[in-house]
Amino acid sequence: MSRQTNRGTESKKMSSELFTLTYGALVTQLCKDYENDEDVNKQLDKMGYNIGVRLIEDFLARSNVGRCHDFRETADVIAKVAFKMYLGITPSITNWSPAGDEFSLILENNPLVDFVELPDNHSSLIYSNLLCGVLRGALEMVQMAVEAKFVQDTLKGDGVTEIRMRFIRRIEDNLPAGEE
Amino acid sequence: MMGLERSHSQMKPVAREEGQKMSLSVLEGMGFRVGQALGERLPRETLAFREELDVLKFLCKDLWVAVFQKQMDSLRTNHQGTYVLQDNSFPFLIRMSSGLQYVEEAPKFLAFTCGLLRGTLSTLGIKSLVTASVAALPACKFQVMIQRS
Repeated sequence: MSRQTNRGTESKKMSSELFTLTYGALVTQLCKDYENDEDVNKQLDKMGYNIGVRLIEDFLARSNVGRCHDFRETADVIAKVAFKMYLGITPSITNWSPAGDEFSLILENNPLVDFVELPDNHSSLIYSNLLCGVLRGALEMVQMAVEAKFVQDTLKGDGVTEIRMRFIRRIEDNLPAGEE
Repeated sequence: MMGLERSHSQMKPVAREEGQKMSLSVLEGMGFRVGQALGERLPRETLAFREELDVLKFLCKDLWVAVFQKQMDSLRTNHQGTYVLQDNSFPFLIRMSSGLQYVEEAPKFLAFTCGLLRGTLSTLGIKSLVTASVAALPACKFQVMIQRS
């Protein structure tokens, strides 16, 4: 914020604002295009999925992460490497199910919602639902079928933002998964 | 996805053109909103512009660096309110091809940015029309026409 900040960080901050604002414009447009919030949620998830299946390639090429052997390792990589790399935040991992097939990502500050206020008439809109699609799409490309969903959201008055991740099954065949 | 493409190619060319025009204006509109907001968040101290040309220079330097991490390659004007901003390696196009391949697809990747420029100008108090053209990828030109009221 100060004048001394050099150009590099300034422009990086700017591009994260650019991302946040662009995402906001996208959600706004979808809310115009579709009559109900459920359809907007669905569309955001689908767009996220299509981003995720591409993003995973970028991620694997840029990080030195090998194959994860269990869901716990996957959780670590997602929170500490992937979220850090793409959103500049490190969510914490909590609420493991006894079977080890479910956990939660707690987001302290979700960069997607930086300038957002949800109007009352969009109470069922899951504003950041794109993220769920990204997670699902990216993990599908590494043979993991998962379900990702928001169970708490600061935009809706919850104390924290929580994404619940559930491992469904390992995808056996190596055929590329068809598009939705 | 395949199904979608097929249904598009079966549409009458006129209808398809109309449809594309519509969706380009939606993208342009989104860019406009983002540009407007971005314009508000740009460093205040650099905004003491006296002349229109300074504003355009600002877009070519600061805005372009903030958004694309590079400066615009050239800025030309006829001194009558028309400016041509040229980027010889526009980031959205650079991975698509080098030359004429996919040149028909290029407009889809430029509409948002046209809106971005128009929106930022609007925040700075300048009404404009912004269009883009591509002769060969990844170079492109943005034409800014200032609207005097």
